[in-house]
Amino acid sequence: MTFIGKLSTQQRTGAVILGCLALFAVAEMFLFSIDGNQQFLAQAFASPDWQAPLGRDQFGRNMFARLAGGLRISFTLSLVCVVTSAVLGVLAGVAAAWRGGWFDNVLNFFANTILALPGLVLILVFAAVVPGSFVMIYLAISLVLWVEYFRLVRAIALNQVASPALQSSMLMGFGKFYLFRRHIWPALKADVFSLAAFGAATSVVAMSSVGFVYVGLKPPTPELGLMIVELFPYYHEAPWLLLEPISLLFLIVLGFHLLAGKAR
Amino acid sequence: MKRILLNRLLQAILMMWSVGTLTFILVRLLPGDMAYKIAAGRYGDDAVSTAAANAVSAELGLDKPAFQQYLHWLWDLLSLDLGNSLVSGAPIIVELQNQLSFTLVLAGCAIVVAALIAFPLGMFCGVKADSGWDRASLTMSTFVRSQPVFCLGLLLIFLFAMELNWFPVAGYGGAPYAILPVLTLAISLAAVSSRVVRNSTRTAVNSAWFEFSRIKGLSSRRAFVRHALPNILLPALAFMGIQLIGLIEGVIMIESLFAWPGIGHGLSHAVFARDIPMLQGTALVMGFLFVLINALVDVSYYLLDPRQQEVQS
Repeated sequence: MTFIGKLSTQQRTGAVILGCLALFAVAEMFLFSIDGNQQFLAQAFASPDWQAPLGRDQFGRNMFARLAGGLRISFTLSLVCVVTSAVLGVLAGVAAAWRGGWFDNVLNFFANTILALPGLVLILVFAAVVPGSFVMIYLAISLVLWVEYFRLVRAIALNQVASPALQSSMLMGFGKFYLFRRHIWPALKADVFSLAAFGAATSVVAMSSVGFVYVGLKPPTPELGLMIVELFPYYHEAPWLLLEPISLLFLIVLGFHLLAGKAR
Repeated sequence: MKRILLNRLLQAILMMWSVGTLTFILVRLLPGDMAYKIAAGRYGDDAVSTAAANAVSAELGLDKPAFQQYLHWLWDLLSLDLGNSLVSGAPIIVELQNQLSFTLVLAGCAIVVAALIAFPLGMFCGVKADSGWDRASLTMSTFVRSQPVFCLGLLLIFLFAMELNWFPVAGYGGAPYAILPVLTLAISLAAVSSRVVRNSTRTAVNSAWFEFSRIKGLSSRRAFVRHALPNILLPALAFMGIQLIGLIEGVIMIESLFAWPGIGHGLSHAVFARDIPMLQGTALVMGFLFVLINALVDVSYYLLDPRQQEVQS
């Protein structure tokens, strides 16, 4: 477990927070068989009890199940977004630095086109194409996120490609993959990890923002941003209900930010 | 200087093209027949007939091949003919002008308030680095940064509008309505930039040249203003450029949250109502705002840092 050994205290705290949240999300799915969408109108705004440890919402739905569901959606989204954008961004960045020429120019043009527009605007425009689609939100967020990896990786890889160490390995006839693994990846590793953690936080925030302005996933999906906007009108009846998704969102983002380590 | 502005102009053109293309693709991807939908929007759902749809189709050139329509679409965009809203029927340009003034007020006030919070706080914490004050400010900043800006807005609404009843919850009707949105945006901006100011202040105050300026007999005040301040401002300003995305995204979220009738509010409503011309217009203005503030940051960086001018001239 050398990887954990290298983390700072701050990063470990982040990992512990995320671990607890993930445990809650997964354990709820396997240990309890509560349907988060089942309504019990007579029990609307019921205070927490053994059946529903986190209370019930305006339709009497079990908040415990809904929050765990919301966490699962957020974690799934952040995972697929980070993997997609990191793989694409690193590949494109290394390829652009290595090939150079028109290939580099085309990729740079593409990256600049995306950077010319604030990310959330792009995500909102995509969300308008197919309303309520998880896939569309995922595509939009990944499209915005890969640019960061691309720019960073390209800048670092340019130095590595020109380095004497790589040149001599190349002269000795090592393959491209070996050169990447031996010379380029070690220089990228730390930064890509920290970008990935920030990217995960960004994607969670982006999805909840889209949900919050009501153009993201559709009810009755237990998406955190959507839950916040749905519970907002009932603040006076049950303030704790509204605070639950807000604090979960806060913990996820805090966890990823701590895990990322270095300040941005 | 010229090169900076030229680069930003290029960015603006790129942005226009991508927004135009995206919205064009969007229109074609929408389910259902375009002509019927526009006819429904214009004449009401009950009055739609094949004749009406055909008339719309002929008028807007929907029967032409896609590539021709695309060129036509871009040409309209270039001549700033943004069309009419599919929902209200009013020309987009008029609505945008209306909304833009609201957005500029919000963004402008927020930047000023953010600077008023971030610079004094950051400099104070930088001079007293690692003290109790510094730690408290780091904790606060982490707390604010760890939540989406709309959650911060909600917390302020609970506190100031619902519990204390000091300010109205949302809407627009005069200065009291502006306080909470401006404050939310300003706090979220200041949370990050105060730390940047703090770090550069700390570097400046602990540097050899700052110590030298003290040794040669300048008062601590004079040494700070003459020597430390310019070196604090530059990194902070450079960082502002990066933070702009946060400002624009914050504007979208906060306007939606507080029902502030600006561009961001218009944008999220256009997405919700799938009002494509409006969507295109608001996205364009957001993009232009982004490019414009970027250019302003570049130019002020250039003017403030004499080294930049030497390199280029």
